[in-house]
Amino acid sequence: MSAMTIEKPWQRWAIRIGVFLAMLVLTVPGLWVMLTAFRPNIEVLARPAIWIPQNWTLDNFARLFGLSASQQGLPVAQYFINSLVISLTSTLVAIVIGMAGGYAFARFSFRGKGPMFLAFMLSRTVPGVALSLPLFMLWARLGIIDTSFGLILVYMAINIPFTIWLTDGFFRQIPIDLSEAAQIDGCTRWQAFWKIEFPLARSGLASAAIFAFLTSWNEYALASQLTRTTASKTMPVGLMDFTAQFTVDWTGMSAMAVLIIIPALVLTFIVQKHLIAGLTFGGVK
Amino acid sequence: MTTTTEPYSRPTTSEGITAFFRSQKAIPYLLLLPAILVILSVVLVPLLLSFWTSFTNYNLTKPDTLYNFIGLRNYQRLMGNAEFWWAFGRTFLFITIALNLEMLLGLGLALLVNKITWGQRTLRTIMMFPMMFSPILVGFQFKYIFNDSIGLVNNALFDLGLISQPIPWLVDGTLANFSIIFAEIWMSTSIFAILLLAGLMALPREPIEAAKVDGCNSWQVFRHITLPFLMPFVYIAMTIRSLDVARAYDMVRIMTNGGPAGRTELLWTLMTRTGYQNSQMGMANAMGYVSIILSIVFTFYFYRKLTAARTFMGGAQ
Repeated sequence: MSAMTIEKPWQRWAIRIGVFLAMLVLTVPGLWVMLTAFRPNIEVLARPAIWIPQNWTLDNFARLFGLSASQQGLPVAQYFINSLVISLTSTLVAIVIGMAGGYAFARFSFRGKGPMFLAFMLSRTVPGVALSLPLFMLWARLGIIDTSFGLILVYMAINIPFTIWLTDGFFRQIPIDLSEAAQIDGCTRWQAFWKIEFPLARSGLASAAIFAFLTSWNEYALASQLTRTTASKTMPVGLMDFTAQFTVDWTGMSAMAVLIIIPALVLTFIVQKHLIAGLTFGGVK
Repeated sequence: MTTTTEPYSRPTTSEGITAFFRSQKAIPYLLLLPAILVILSVVLVPLLLSFWTSFTNYNLTKPDTLYNFIGLRNYQRLMGNAEFWWAFGRTFLFITIALNLEMLLGLGLALLVNKITWGQRTLRTIMMFPMMFSPILVGFQFKYIFNDSIGLVNNALFDLGLISQPIPWLVDGTLANFSIIFAEIWMSTSIFAILLLAGLMALPREPIEAAKVDGCNSWQVFRHITLPFLMPFVYIAMTIRSLDVARAYDMVRIMTNGGPAGRTELLWTLMTRTGYQNSQMGMANAMGYVSIILSIVFTFYFYRKLTAARTFMGGAQ
């Protein structure tokens, strides 16, 4: 398309400048927070503003883990472990269950298929905040409020519909002839799945898993109501610990933000290609 | 299946069920069974409980009130409550403005990036940057950047000599709403841009070349060929976005928590305040239902558009 329209030089430069400005707006706010995490508090609060960091420090991180003598640390290490355990477990289970569902939608025709698919998607539509109200009541009665188990159960349910949607798309991309050929050669359907279809869908499944992990890792609305103490509080909920005080600890919060963002950054980077393919394929075809 | 109080009919149905589960027909249902069970127990059952609670005056501090059926009174009171209508209207407006602006800006960005011939992959990676931020982080980030005394925006405006008094971005009602919309757009424009860029890359060349030969200008090509082709991608993005539009709650919670003086109160913040802080769970669940219906209406609308666009495309190809 771009080859067809012959642009004048000023147009080409206008496009470049436009893209540059857009990228600036998309990156600067995030990078500014990351930068703040490595600066001392005095510098951040200084007037007039100090734009170029004079001193780099890891003290903000040390403070989070209680390694600094000046201030008592928050139980951030425990929050981190909680987040990790809850996100990993819920992802693993959601992928296994969701994959089975996605495979059913991709490979079988059965009564109620369309409405069932829609029902799964609609279950995902329920806002987390609205769902938190009855879950809070129910989990309190069942005694699983403020436990990792309670939150894992919830995140499983959140991730299953989207996993079904993604894996349905990935399995449909694999020609059905492959598995049929394997079955003619004497494989059972079960063996054909594990030997042919699963390996082919593996990278897609990995990206579905990463997507599920990130959803759990970043979730706040439900976690903020279903967790109370260090027993199950996750990182996003822990971030609010800082604002409970009268003064907002900007550098401390920034350091915690960096801890939340790093896993997300790495994982999104790995998954980006498959994610785009999965989303568009699952939707358009 | 083992209780056989009716010796004549029971065994046959149970045999029928066993036979069904052994047959090939049962495979998809068995594969879906775990997913169905989880959704039933963690989404549907709580929703039913929520539905019941919305017809009671359940108060967290008085557990017995859960069985206190009061009919539609919660909904009636909501209908007459100005605070609720403000929050509802603001939420509706928020979703509409945010989704449309995100779509337009995302489309613009995708068209621009599509024109760049070199380093497109890198640009796409940069575009994904905001998508990695959890909503609570986006909220914190803009709370910091729009802070009136130490925020990036005011600092920059000061040092450029554009202002002499700090602008109260999050303290003034109108500005706070602007800041929240800005944060929301920052967070989600990329989703539109990336999906639409994928659409542009899949755009077939022949119709465009044919149109050019026939003397169409760039605008006509865009209006009659590029845009119709992109529409399914727009609707996918809209569907995905309307699915999780309520995550704006996290952002608003940390940025203003509905303040100043309720000027940024959305349905979602009002709901948590009513339910958890004022313990009025019955009323909060009634609001919850309104918000669920709002979300479902938005998602369903775009999903219908998506299927329509898909069949239209299928017919064209």
